[in-house]
Amino acid sequence: MSAAQPPVNHPEIRRLVPVLAPGHTYESVTEKISGVVLTRPLGLGWLAGFALAFSLLMMLTVAVAWLIAKGVGIWGINIPIGWGFAIVNFVWWIGIGHAGTLISAILFLLNQKWRTSINRFAEAMTLFAVACAGLFPLIHTGRPWMAYYMFPYPSTMGIWPQFRSPLIWDVFAVSTYGTVSLLFWFVGLIPDLATLRDRAPHQWQRMIFGALAMGWRGSARHWHRYQSAYMLLAGLATPLVLSVHTVVSFDFSVAIVPGWHTTIFPPYFVAGAIYSGFAMVLTIAIPLRAAYGLQDFITMRHLENMAKVMLATGLIVAYGYFFEWFLAGYSGNKFDMFLVQQRFHGPYSPYYFALILCNILTPQLLWIQKVRRNIPALFVMSLIINTGMWLERFVIVVISLTRDFMPSAWGRYSATVWDYATFVGTLGLFTTLLFLFARALPAIAMAEMRELVAHQTEEHE
Amino acid sequence: MPQLFHRSANSTARISILAVVILATLGLTAVLGGVRSPNFTNQYLTRDQPIQFSHKHHAGDDGIDCRYCHAGVETSATAGIPPTKTCMNCHSVLFNNVGYLAPVRESYSTNTSIQWVKVHRLADYVYFNHSIHVNKGIGCSTCHGQVNQMPLMFQASTLQMQWCLDCHRDPEKNLREKKDIFNMDWKPAPDQAEKGKLLAAQYNVRSVRDLTSCSTCHR
Repeated sequence: MSAAQPPVNHPEIRRLVPVLAPGHTYESVTEKISGVVLTRPLGLGWLAGFALAFSLLMMLTVAVAWLIAKGVGIWGINIPIGWGFAIVNFVWWIGIGHAGTLISAILFLLNQKWRTSINRFAEAMTLFAVACAGLFPLIHTGRPWMAYYMFPYPSTMGIWPQFRSPLIWDVFAVSTYGTVSLLFWFVGLIPDLATLRDRAPHQWQRMIFGALAMGWRGSARHWHRYQSAYMLLAGLATPLVLSVHTVVSFDFSVAIVPGWHTTIFPPYFVAGAIYSGFAMVLTIAIPLRAAYGLQDFITMRHLENMAKVMLATGLIVAYGYFFEWFLAGYSGNKFDMFLVQQRFHGPYSPYYFALILCNILTPQLLWIQKVRRNIPALFVMSLIINTGMWLERFVIVVISLTRDFMPSAWGRYSATVWDYATFVGTLGLFTTLLFLFARALPAIAMAEMRELVAHQTEEHE
Repeated sequence: MPQLFHRSANSTARISILAVVILATLGLTAVLGGVRSPNFTNQYLTRDQPIQFSHKHHAGDDGIDCRYCHAGVETSATAGIPPTKTCMNCHSVLFNNVGYLAPVRESYSTNTSIQWVKVHRLADYVYFNHSIHVNKGIGCSTCHGQVNQMPLMFQASTLQMQWCLDCHRDPEKNLREKKDIFNMDWKPAPDQAEKGKLLAAQYNVRSVRDLTSCSTCHR
């Protein structure tokens, strides 16, 4: 099935690297993808990976339990650094979540066929990343059982949440995003759940998939309604791609702290979010296609396109960094200029240089097609970019808070073992969910892949 | 392949959507109503005290001024619970043999306090001060109700934050002249709107903005 790759360097032929390897039929697509869920035995690799991820998740529960027992003092935060790892990780995770919606909604509306085989697991990744992200502000309050205070309900306190605070906007932005992403993901799953119901070997599997498929029979009327619903949800999700990280950037830019109070933050945060999101999609896609032999569906075309998106958004992020320097100098504001100077010469300058290396310099290799088509290189690149984006949030949060207006208000920040345990623990939560997802639901949208087969056949004839 | 689910599953699915909506509404109503009910706020609840002390008898029938016992109310944060000595000022002579006052005499002779049960319990994070309220024209009965008609003491108000704010957002409706502060039967006059404004100016009551600032009550 996977025919020899055509000579790739001719521009005409390059365009023809398919989004679906030739020779596939409806049957073979469905068989291959549903087989991962229904017939494939649990391999040693899956079990080992799951065990590792699950033990990290257990570490997270210990870290969070200890946090709830002792309070946020177990973390390295203290005035002037009230935010620390919790907010760094929150922004990092929520950024990662952006690729899912971008791929599923915006690329859908733009009719980009290459989104088809990556949208399902990218959306799943979004949901899991939002779950990890949401955890941080919640436990950062120190009293997560009081979190309902943030919702506007008729309380006996006679007051409402502070609607002028970006932190409250965050609550709405993230919860809306989570809800719409979940709905979008689930609606997209319905035809596939019905396929699984029809193919499942055991009665209990049929019952579960059947209940989730909500009576899908694949009639023309079902498809008609399904497509309207999907289109509507895509329309709803599209503005969210831009709004969520814009609101997250307001957490910073609405404050008057030097280094935060700039208008470049919203676009630069959104670009950074998509940048890290695509990096994470690559980090997941590359092992996934290798482990389950999905190279026919997630082809070189997908990997290369994602690399191009990373290159483009990476350049926007680089522009953001540059603009930070420019604006500080152009404004003549001595606090802003001092902050830029602190980026290069302050106590956290190693983080800043590492960030420039990870986010700006290394990704320039993606201009080279050989690199874009080299799978190990892409994988390493995606890890580097994820690291870089984490460093970016660290630099933004820590340098500004430790170098406020008055030297008497300055401070230093270092994370404690509980900070690291919580952060690595959320990586465990994320991977655990991914491992479960890969075996419990079709990681690639079968119904949409069959549509691709149909297109391919039409083009052939 | 036979059908997985019986035909009734369709109805079950539809009804369960409705049920979720109804149950969620009922649940929310129960919770939001519950926290406002006396079960949660302890409003109107009388407590078992070591001695069944009657405010109705002392403040109402005998006409003893509030400050005779609650002496700190004009000068300090707490109104103050009187020492047994205050009781004995009268009860060394009056009803000095009555059985149900035995705990008072015992407290006096052994020099130990009577363990009254607190009725008005504010949250620890509220910095409440009696003197500022009394000195700025808020009478006892505005918060404590008509104590002169209570045989057993109970909490007349909810003591919830929205109840506090109800007055802090519009204090003029409750302002009294100095002579009426300890008058249990005071009712707002028909011209309270104008009177309140004058009194607010006279007492120098801070602006609503100040009165509703977080740190006015939470420090």
